[in-house]
Parts: sequence; structure tokens; C-alpha cells
Amino acid sequence: MAEIIERLEMNHITKRFPGVLALDDVTMNLQKGEVLALLGENGAGKTTLMNILYGLYHQDEGNVLLNDKKIQVQGPLDALEYGIGMVHQHFMLVPNMTVLENIALGMYQRTRFKMDLEKVRKRVLEVADRYNLTVKPDAYIWQLSVGEQQRVELVKVLTLGANLLILDEPTAALTPQQTDALIDLLRQMITQDTSIIFISHKLNEVKAVSDRVAVLRNGGLVFEGATKDHSAEDLAEKMAGREISYPKTSKKEEYGRPILQIEKVVAEGDQGTDSLQGVSVEVRSGEIVGIAGVSGNGQRELADVINGIRPVKEGRIQLDGVDISNYNPQQIIDLGMGYIPEDRMHEGTIPSFTVRENLIMKDYRQEPLAKNFFLRKGQIDDHAASLIDSFKVKTPSMATSCASLSGGNIQKVILAREITRKPKALVAAYPIRGLDIGASEYVHSQLIQAREEGMAVLLISEELDELLDLCDRIAVMYEGKVLDVLPREECTKQELGLLMAGVSHGKE
Amino acid sequence: MEKNKADNYRYLAVSVIIVLASLLIALLLGAFLFLIAGANPFEAYGVMLTQPLDGLFGITEMLVRAAPLMLVGLGIAIAFRSGILNIGGEGQIMLGVIFGTAVGLALPEMPKIVLVPVIFLSAFIGGGIWAGIAGWMRAYLNVNEILSTVMLNYIAIQVYLYLLRGPLIDPKEVSYGTGVPQSAPLPEAAWLTRFIRGFRLHSGLVIAIVLAVIVFLFLWKTTVGYRMRAVGAEPKAATYSGMNVKRNLVLAMVLSGGFAGMAGAVEVLGVHHRALESISAGYGFSGIVVALFGGLHPLGIIPASAVFGLLIVGSDMMQRAVEVPASIILAIQGLIILAIVSSNIFLRNPKLRDRLFKLLGGGKEAKIDPEGGRA
Repeated sequence: MAEIIERLEMNHITKRFPGVLALDDVTMNLQKGEVLALLGENGAGKTTLMNILYGLYHQDEGNVLLNDKKIQVQGPLDALEYGIGMVHQHFMLVPNMTVLENIALGMYQRTRFKMDLEKVRKRVLEVADRYNLTVKPDAYIWQLSVGEQQRVELVKVLTLGANLLILDEPTAALTPQQTDALIDLLRQMITQDTSIIFISHKLNEVKAVSDRVAVLRNGGLVFEGATKDHSAEDLAEKMAGREISYPKTSKKEEYGRPILQIEKVVAEGDQGTDSLQGVSVEVRSGEIVGIAGVSGNGQRELADVINGIRPVKEGRIQLDGVDISNYNPQQIIDLGMGYIPEDRMHEGTIPSFTVRENLIMKDYRQEPLAKNFFLRKGQIDDHAASLIDSFKVKTPSMATSCASLSGGNIQKVILAREITRKPKALVAAYPIRGLDIGASEYVHSQLIQAREEGMAVLLISEELDELLDLCDRIAVMYEGKVLDVLPREECTKQELGLLMAGVSHGKE
Repeated sequence: MEKNKADNYRYLAVSVIIVLASLLIALLLGAFLFLIAGANPFEAYGVMLTQPLDGLFGITEMLVRAAPLMLVGLGIAIAFRSGILNIGGEGQIMLGVIFGTAVGLALPEMPKIVLVPVIFLSAFIGGGIWAGIAGWMRAYLNVNEILSTVMLNYIAIQVYLYLLRGPLIDPKEVSYGTGVPQSAPLPEAAWLTRFIRGFRLHSGLVIAIVLAVIVFLFLWKTTVGYRMRAVGAEPKAATYSGMNVKRNLVLAMVLSGGFAGMAGAVEVLGVHHRALESISAGYGFSGIVVALFGGLHPLGIIPASAVFGLLIVGSDMMQRAVEVPASIILAIQGLIILAIVSSNIFLRNPKLRDRLFKLLGGGKEAKIDPEGGRA
């Protein structure tokens, strides 16, 4: 076991990437038994700073002191030797191994010859039980939703016994209750010789969990102070460097005709069981209907069946009066369906393709972009230039590959493509997951715009603030069923949270 | 903007340096092989790399080899770009030869302008069907295409040998009783034009280069090419945007095999004028190396096939001059594949790239997203 970390200092850290000053003379410290929240927009340098601490990068200038001894972490394994463990925003899991095997991987380096998986299982279940994080030890990672995978990551690093935890947006996939439980747990953990660096965009959580907060902007430390002395609004402004207000929708008197009608749909999940067990939802023109729920309760399957990617076993889906159940994706797209998928890196875009190529993914055969089997470069360039301009995509050029854009800009590429196609219905799955405040604000304003233009928007999310800001009605999904569809006015956070945890409204 | 352009060239230079360095390492390792074989590596490389270029014979022979390599390489590139691996070039060449020869022999009276395209088309169909089987099995039965293409090679070779000894054998071989397994010669109208009297260089090279340009236009300028590249790069995203991934896999494989089939036709019509036993000379496999060496890009494959043509001719010459077995060239080819494949790891290593990039004086102005890290 690693030595207990009494005090960690990062002094005058500077890191340059080609052409960019990623970190500029950042000084930060952390005491035992403390939760430090690290705030900043995407690109502010949070991840770079943590990667230096974790040994993935080395600083160009400055030093790191651990218990007043200078250290240079060589890599993740080395970091664990020092007791530093990290849960990454992008999961570091092997998809075709089980949960148990993935966790065992982290211990494999410390054992010789034989790996006692049963021992690991016991330890994992112990940790999972103690921290109230349910995981399925024998499920394969590829079968799990993003949210479930995040839970595996948490259990993994806890099992490996780190005593300084770096959590990069750990609550992104948790229900409010689970988030509260995690916050309680983190508060408990710090009483037992543990310290935590907590990276998040969610200021409410930062307020609840942290003792101190440090804000990075454009690679520099712009603020550091005790959390209790500053309001969430205050911190948001420090992060963005300007005033922030999330757009909200207001109640409408009248809605249009029903556009997307999902009737008692049953469909299989990847594990071969019915992940959708008779789901019914209806979205009208000019309406945003939210699907709340912890991810892994059938949301992915729901988005898949609507878009023709997964077969409908029973039930019926109609798009503007046309039965589209088991149509192929192309037919559904042609009938006027837009889709912002959960996996924006590998489903919503092709990372190795340029921004320009990604913008024509659904229209590459249509005039004016193409004619007689030939792509028309001039038209495609104009199309790209106008979308990049009107959706404010920050990219060096339209010929830059999507892989080198930030998450927010990738999402803008997808939004630009989907919304300008003017679909009748739009399915948006976790559209702001992992995005910073500025980008989230933008995505929301676009969804509201789509609503104003009469689109029927189905918004799948686990962020209650997002749902309450945008949705006209909210349905809660739990274990493949929709529990209740409530008008927004009748929803409270507590109630939705209970429904997401499977406690049915007014019963039980 | 200008600064950005200079940086782009620097990035390109970084890639070229990495590839050249790995090639150099491959040749260095090869030098040990020469030492073990008891030859002077400098002399051996000297002969191998320069002698073919010293005189018309070497140059024309190099280009004669380049034509089929280029065609196979193009096919491989189409498949790889579409996300499916084709290791079955050898078998597809055989099928191309069978179809092309059979059609050529069946149409003795045709004028050249019709006959040559018809033979090419049939060779394309032959190779395409053969590869299409593997593509279909992968798409609809989830059979690994590496396995199926390799296995189909064995079947193709045996079928080919059977046909050459039976139905396709030259009747003269039977009546004279010599029994050499080869087909009757094709009508002269089917022969590809030879450019220089006394040398084998033929118009197949021009056909291959034209096809390379067509493949380039196809993959990057047409809707079908766009779709195939999308399916290859990210099948999930392709499905999401309405593309039929399975159908595209089969199409890619058919096109890929078709090109290998045409390589067979080039050998028959350009070099031998009939089908004979060892017609392919391993082009189906070397073509894979050519495709990788050419960066899976049609316009890179043109020079890459010339380089490999040079290696093949050079190794023959070396065998005579330095007295080492020509099969050592196979070993060197293997080393080159390893070098190219492993150079990929370095090409993708951001730390190494950054360091080289800085050494070249780049990145003073350009903005690169620090969190992206891989700009």
C-alpha cells in the first residue's frame, strides 16, 4: 500500500504543446482529508494538469511535491504506487473483457503467476457494497451503457486502493440520489486519510462536495478559494469569464399534431433480454419530451429502435403517421428523422473524416451536394463553410479531421448537420454530456430553436436541470419501462429522482 | 494562414521522415541476412537497387512487374479502406486468369478493340466473384475474411491446376504427348501492345495507371466511394447515417477481387499470352505490401508498385551477381512490411511527432487544441 498523502503541491507548472501554452505557471496544493474541486471550461487545462499529476504528461517547468518530497510520476502504474488513482472522463476499459477482468487488470501487475479472480470478485463486491455502487461483475464491458461503465471505473479505482482520487466528471451518469450518495461517500472517505480532486461542470455538486475550489481558464489559474464563500453563479462566471444564463422554455398553449408516436414497443438489448418492455411515448410538433433515467435502463435501445438501428420486436413506431417500425435507417432518415446520438465520437461522427465530410454524412447523395454519383466539391465546401459559420464550430479549417476537435465542437458539427436537414422529429441523446457551460448553453439554445420551428424533440438525459429547463413533458424510464409522463409543471427534482431510482409515483 | 501551410508541410515531412527511418531499419536488419548468407550487404544492396535502373532491360522489366502489383495493390486498398481485409489476391488472380483465358479462347475472331476489354471484364468478374464470396460470408455469416480469403486461395489454386491439366490444356500438348500444363495461346488480337521491340514492356502498365487514377476519383470524388470509406472508417457512424454496411462490405470485396482478377488478365495478355502454371509469382501477396507501402492511397500505390517491381527484378539480378538465394528478397520484403506496419505506431505517437515537429521549427504560430492532444 502506498504511503498516505498528507500534502500535495504542484508548483509553477507550465506545459506547452506545439503552438499552445496549455498550462501557464499553475500553482495548487491539496491537504489530506480535503476535497478540491477543479473547475474550468473544456480546453482550460484541467485534464492536462491532472495528466501531469497522473504521469501521462511531463511538465516543461515547475515541480510536484508529495509530502514535501519532489516526485516525478512516470505513468499510471507509478501513480498508483504513490497512491494516486484517477477515473477518466473517457473510460479506460477493455470492451471485450468482463467487469471483473477489467478490475483485475489493474492488479495484474502486482501479482505473480496466478490471478485469483474469486478473491478479486469478493473485494469488488465488498467495495461495491460499501459504496452502494451496483455493478454486474460478469457482464462484458461492451454490453454496458456509458453510465454503467462509469460505475465500473469508480469501483475499479476504489478497489485498487488509491488514497488520492482524481475524479474527472464522475457523476455524469448517476441519478441525483446516487450522486448525493456519492457525495456523502466522498465526504466520508476524506475522514479516512483520503483526499480528492473533483473535476466537474456541475456547480451544485461542486458546492456540495468540495472544501476548496480552483478555477482554470485558458491554462492559467484565475481563482482559488474556499467553496463556502462563493455562490454557484459566482463560480460559473469565473469559469467562463462572462455572465452565463441557461436558456429555458416556457409553457405553450397549444402544440401541433403528434409526430413521433411510440406504442408499446418491445426490443432486445445486447445481452439478449428485453431492454424495452412495452414503452409508449408521444411527441407532438413543437414539443420537447424528456426521457429521464439513469443510463442503462433502455434509453440507448429506445433511441436505436426509433432510428432503425435495432429491430422492434413488438409494438409500433410512427413518424408523422407513417409506421416506421423495422424500416432501415436510410428510410427513416428520408422520412424526416434527425438523431443526435449518445456516442458522438464514433456514431455521430467519423473521427478520421474531415469536418466537411462529416457535415454531409446524411446528404452526400442529395443535390446540390452531389450529382450523378459525383460529389460536388464547390457545393460541399459552401455547405461546410455556411454551417461552420452559423453554428460557430471552432475548427482550424473545414479540412481538419473531427478527431482533433473538442467535444463541444464535435457536438456542434452533429447539431449543424441534423438541424439544418429540418427533420420532423429529432432524437437527442445526452446532448450535453461532458460539454462545458458555454457549449451546453449553445446546444440548448439550438434545441429550443428546433422546438420553435415545430420539430418534435425527444430529449434523452439524466441531467434533471437540463430536463426541467427544456422539456414540456418528462417521462421517466426505469428498467425498460416508462413509469410516468408528467407535465413539467408537476415535476420536482426529488420526485423525478425517486422515479429514476424505480420508486413509482404515489405508490409503494 | 501562410504559417499554417508551412506547418502542414512540416507535419507531412514528419511522416515521411518516420517512414523512411523505419525503411532504413528494415534494410539494416536485411544486411544481417546478407552477412549470414555470406554476401557483402553493400554490394548486394548496390546490385539490387541500382543495377535494374542501369539499362533499358532492367527498367522495362521493373515496369512489367509493376503493372500487376499496382492492380492488386489498388484492389487491396479499396478493401482496406472499406474496412475489410483481403488476403486472397492470389486466388483472385487465378480466377481472373481462368475467366480471361477462357473468354479469350472462346472468341478467336473478335477485333482487338472489343476483345481486350471483354477479357478484362471477364477477369474482373472472375476475381470479383471469388472475393465476393468471402465478402458475403463476412457480412451475412460473420465469417472472418482473413480466414476465408486465405482458404479460398487454396481452392482457387487447385481448381486452376486442374483446369490447366484438363479442360483448359492446350490441345497440342495432348497430341504431342508433352503434357505441359498450360492453355493454348490466345489469339493475337488479345495481346497487349508492346512498346519497344525486344522488350516485354506492354500497355498493361498504362491501363494500371489509368485505373489507379480512376480508383482515386472513385474513392474521393463519388458518392459510392464516400460511402465505402465511411463504412470502412466507422461502421457504427455509417449505419447511423443510413448506409448499408453489409452491402458495402460485399461491394468492396467484389471490387477488390476484380482488380486482382485484372492483374491476372494483364499477365496473360501482356506477358505470357496464355495461362500457365506459376503465372502469379506471388503478386497476390506482394500486392498487399505495395498497398500498405503506398499508404493505401491509389496515387501512392503507383510509385510503390514501381519500387517493388525494382526489388523483384533487382533480387533476380542480385542472385546472379552476388550469389545469394533470391528468396532472401522475400525475407527483406517481410522486414519491410514489419517496418511499415510498425512505423504506424510512431506516426500516431503524439510525443514523438511533436518533438520532430519542433525540430523542424514548426508550431510557432499554429493553434492546436491542447485537450485534443493529437492535432
